[in-house]
Parts: sequence; structure tokens; C-alpha cells
Amino acid sequence: MAQRALSISAGLALAILTLGPIAAVLIRAGGLGSFRPGDFEALQFTVWQALLSGFFSTLLAIPVARALARRQFFGRRLLISLLGAPFILPVIVAVMGLIAVFGQNGILNSGLAAFGGPRLDIYGLHGVVLAHVFFNLPLATRMLLQAWLAIPAERFRLAASLGLTPWGQFLTLEWPLIRRIAPGAFAVIFVICLTSFAVALTLGGGPRATTVELAIYQAMRFDFDLGRAAMLALMQLGLATVAGLIALKLAPSQGFGVGRGRQVPRWDGRSTMARTFDMIWIFLAAAFLLVPLALVVLKGMPGLFAGAGQGTWTAAKHSVLVALASTALSMVWALPLANRKGELLSVAAIAISPLVIGTGLFLILRPFVNPFTMALPVTTVVNAMMALPFALRILRPEAEAVEHDFGRLRQTLRLTTWAWFTRVWLPRLRRPMGFAAGLTAALAMGDLGVIALFADPDRATLPLQVYRLMGAYQMEAAAGAALLLLILSFGLFWLFDRGGRAGADT
Amino acid sequence: MLTLENLNVDMDNSALTGTLSLAPGRRVAILGPSGAGKSTLLDVVAGFRPLRAGQVGWCGADLTHSPPNKRPVSILFQDGNLFPHLTVFRNLLLALKPNGQRASEEDSVRIEGALKRVGLAGMSGRKPGTLSGGQQSRAALARVMLQARPIILLDEPFSALGPALKAEMLGLVRDVAGNLGALVVMVTHDPDDARRFAEDVVLVADDKVHLPVATAAFFANPPEAYQEYVGTQ
Repeated sequence: MAQRALSISAGLALAILTLGPIAAVLIRAGGLGSFRPGDFEALQFTVWQALLSGFFSTLLAIPVARALARRQFFGRRLLISLLGAPFILPVIVAVMGLIAVFGQNGILNSGLAAFGGPRLDIYGLHGVVLAHVFFNLPLATRMLLQAWLAIPAERFRLAASLGLTPWGQFLTLEWPLIRRIAPGAFAVIFVICLTSFAVALTLGGGPRATTVELAIYQAMRFDFDLGRAAMLALMQLGLATVAGLIALKLAPSQGFGVGRGRQVPRWDGRSTMARTFDMIWIFLAAAFLLVPLALVVLKGMPGLFAGAGQGTWTAAKHSVLVALASTALSMVWALPLANRKGELLSVAAIAISPLVIGTGLFLILRPFVNPFTMALPVTTVVNAMMALPFALRILRPEAEAVEHDFGRLRQTLRLTTWAWFTRVWLPRLRRPMGFAAGLTAALAMGDLGVIALFADPDRATLPLQVYRLMGAYQMEAAAGAALLLLILSFGLFWLFDRGGRAGADT
Repeated sequence: MLTLENLNVDMDNSALTGTLSLAPGRRVAILGPSGAGKSTLLDVVAGFRPLRAGQVGWCGADLTHSPPNKRPVSILFQDGNLFPHLTVFRNLLLALKPNGQRASEEDSVRIEGALKRVGLAGMSGRKPGTLSGGQQSRAALARVMLQARPIILLDEPFSALGPALKAEMLGLVRDVAGNLGALVVMVTHDPDDARRFAEDVVLVADDKVHLPVATAAFFANPPEAYQEYVGTQ
């Protein structure tokens, strides 16, 4: 059937786009690469920072999730929704915000200086871990919160009627849950941090804070040593495969639709101390998330109103085009893959780091064209591919529901594949498609990965432009561009998500 | 004739067996305890369920291996008969234009005519969600009319309606089927439905499809398996 053929070719395209670059990397790396002493350190640093990031994100998420689960306060729903925001927040924007708080001239250092305290430095290991915690603390909190809110209210009622002490209740109800969820949350974050590139690019660097991905980038951009880049890519591939297998074993199912703000009635934690403790955690978490973002907005305004500069506008135009093209491609790709096999395939595809795929594509394209002229198309394809698993996680349940609810009706009406697709399938999937498209657009808009490998000054995207302005110490222009990037990312997400909802009556 | 020969169909913990033939134009009720395989029998006719052994035929043609969309069958399901995002008109149009094309002048006339027949004149622009349960059933029935297939299967389609409305709908089905000259096979758990509507009753019980019996005769002298199921009245 036509539909099956479509699924197969979509899957095949994905497999070719993953395996092709890997093959190119393997062939190129064979014997040519020179393993330098620094490379082992990069491997060590990569694993170490990912371990620390996973550990702190999960550990800190426990008191925050606990507090959110048992407190009722003004803005609770909003705060829970905001925990989803880092997912679509461009890394470079978050880094700008974190520098504004924790950086050399950040508000924290100014505060410390006023009291004669020590100066903090954000660059290096702790900066990388800090940024990773910024992104993943909300993720871990959402995973834990979801599990916490799934504890039936009856259990808390029973605990209250038994007169359990706070410690007794913690041991019987909450500790088993933490033990069940926390390892999975840790594993997922560990894997995410292993392949995180933009954070290491902006806050790491130097011999003591270089990740494998960053080393790939440096081998290509600075030394133009393709053999070594390929060898490093191979190392990253092995790392990601092992980590991916671990995560697959430990990972809980993480949803996007988390936290509608459900409230389970609780009778515990009424003492003043427990309340104070919870409110402090909520306040700290909220401040940690919101202050950097607020500073991006505040500091960006002068730069943005000053007109941002020609380079920024061109980069913004590129980014919007890449984001829209990635979204279109990702949707066309996702629809035939919205089944179990497709989802597994897409997850396998992104377990391989975008930089490895980028390196492979670079090697494949080089004999035929100047790879630098292909920067934007390659970024588009890789971004679409990277967003696929998220799009599929959203689309698949809905697609299967349509098939389940109306598959028989389709048969008895003898609908053609075309009629089924255009009259039933697409209209029924509008809402989740809007959401998935929004996520994809925002992810593509904010991505700073493959583009860094390929780009020349004429073909920058907005995130790369922000990075370059930062590197050139044009801080006002960088802040303005970062604000523009923030607005465009969230704006695109909002537009698509809204577009899916508007008039999508059931 | 609709013929089911030496059926053997896998069910959860057992297998449904039997032989049955039903003449075109008849109205047949399938009665029996829940879980006995009434709906399974409909699925076999519609082609939704593979056979372990046996044959399905219609007027000399072998349907055993035909996919559902190639069978001369239209179905009213228990629910989900209408696409909720399409207007009644568009829902009905799919019966005439299964390729999703636009309505021709003639299509529109036929659709409005069918809606009028089932008492939904002027409702073609409404979406199913804005209709009552009875109206939704009527719209689905109007579509069965437009499909004009020689076999109509009803899988307890009006079980959510009140008694008066249900009686009315059954009357409507009788008219529609009469006009089409179609064989109607209706699954029900309500003996009154059978009495009111069916000419023949087929009992499905104890993993067996029993032979059809004229309705009056069936209720005058109910088989033992049926008595066990309804209890002594």
C-alpha cells in the first residue's frame, strides 16, 4: 500500500542520513587520526561534567518537586508551566543570562564584591555544570513532580490517619518514589549532557574544559584536521551508544504534557519549619530560572532598540528560514513515522550526536561542493532530524488513536489513502502537530551545533551571530541579538502551537 | 445469499463455530449472552476478523479473503460512526466520494435528500458534536442509505438511545433497508429489539452460531441456551 511505502521510505531516508555520515566518519578515521594526549582528557572531562550535571540536577530537583507537589500558592501553575520553557530556550540565550548573573560583572559578583567576598568565575567546569543544571533541573523536577502527583490522595489520607511522623511518611511514601524516578532522571540528563555542545563551546574551552564534541569542532575549525575530527567523532559515537543503552534501561517515560497543576490534598508538612523550607526551595528555583531570563530581556533592550546591526538581521533572516524549513521537513518526515518502529528509529538516530552527523556530512559533501556553501541546508536537515523524536513522541499517541477510533470506518467507507490522509488524519492531528511544529521550530531556531562547523561569515544563523558578537566583546549588540533570538524562538513556538489550536474543534 | 460455511474463528479463550445462510432482504437479529461472539460474527462478515477455517460468500462470490473495503457491506458501529471534525454534509459526502473529491451538483441533491428522509433536513452544515445522540444515529443511517450496499450490519448502534427513540430508529432502518432491498444483520442484547424488528433470530451461545429461526417461533419456544441467558421470566 502507498502508505506503507511512504513509511518505509521515510525510515530509509532517516537511516541513510544517520548511517551515511557514520560510514564517512569511520572510513576517514581509519588509521589517519592521530590520538593526542589532550583527547583522553576531553573524554574524561565529558564524562565527568555529565556526571556532575546529572547528579546536581537530580539532587536539587528533589526538594523543589516535593515543595511544588505539596504547596498551594499563587503562581504555582504558571511556575510549573515555566518549567517547560528551558526546553525551547536557545542555549546561547540561557548562557547570556547566566553570565549576567554569575559572570565576571554579573549581579552576583557585584553583590559579593560589596561585602568584600570572593569573585566567581563562570568559565570552566563549574560554569558548564551550572548551565547544564539550569537546563535540566526543570526537566528532573517535572519528571519527579509527575510521579509525586501520581501518588493517590488516599495514601496521604491513610498516612495522616495513621499519624505517621514526617520522617515516617517520607520513608513510606516519598523515598520509594525518589528511588524509582531519580536514577532514570539522572540517566537521561547524563546522556543529554554528554552530547551538549553549545554550553561547552561558550562556557568551556581550554585544555581543562574541553568536551569531545568541542574537540571535534576545534579539530575541524582551527586545525582543519579531518582525520582527527573523524577519530574524535568515532569516540563520541562510542560514548553516546554506551550512554544511550544505559539510559534506555533506566529512563522512565517522560511526558511533555506534565503538570496541569493537579493538586493532591495533603495533611503533612504543616509545621512552620516545613513551610518555610518549601517556600525557600520554590523561591530559589524560580529565581534561578527567571532572573537570568529577566536579565536577558533587560540587557537586550538597548541593543535591540539601537537597531541590532546588519549582521544580526541577516542572521535572523537565515535562522527564521532554517527554522521554517526544518519544521516543514520534520513534519513531512514525522507523519509516516508516527508508529512504534518510527519512534525507536528516530531515537536511535539522535543518540548519535549532531556534530558527528555534521562531520560525516561535511566529509561526504567535500568532494562535490564547497561544504561551507551548504551550511544552511545541512543545518536544516540535521535540525529536522534532531527534532524528530520529540515530534514523534507528541504525534504518535494521537496518530494511533485516530487509527484505532476510525480505522474501521475508513474501511467500510472505502476511503482512498488520499481522502483518509487529507480529510481525516491531518485534521484530527492538527492540535498535536501545531505543538510538535512549535517545538521543532523553536529548537531549530535556537540550535547552535552543526552550523558552527559549517558556517562562514556570510551564512551565520542568529545563535552563531550571538556567539560571534560575544567573542568580539560587543556585549550590547550580543545582548540585543540574544533578546531577538529569545523573542523569535518563543514567538515561533507560540505561533505554531496557537495555529494548531485555533478552530481545531473536535 | 450470505453464506457462512463451517466457520471457525479464534476468540479469547475459545473458538466460534457454525454454519449459516441468510437471504437477501431479510432482517435478522443476532441474540446471545455478552462475550458469546455476536460482534465477532459481524466482524467475520465485515472482514475485520480472519478465519481459522471456513468460508464467507455472498450470492456465489467467495468473500473469505476479501479485505473489508472490498465487501458489499455497510456498517453502523456502536459509536464513532461520524468524523467529529467534519460537518454532516462532508461526512455523508465521503460515502459518495471515497477519494475525498468535492461534491457535484448531483451529490448535494442526493445528500440533502437522504437527510430529509431521516428527518434531518437543514442540518447538513452542523458538526456531529452539536447534534443529539438520536440525530447522530440518523445522520449515520443517512450515510448507510447513500452507500446503498446489499448488506447492512448493525452492531448495537442504538443502545445509547432511550426506548422510544430506539423504536423510531429501528423503524427507520426497516424503511431504508426495504428500499435498498438489503439484508440487515443486527446484533442486540435486547429481546424487544428482535421482536420489534427482526424476521429471523440467530442465537449465538456456547461458542456456536445456531441456525436462524423465525422470530415468532423463536420466542414461542426459546432454545435452552437462550433461556439460561435471559433467566426464567
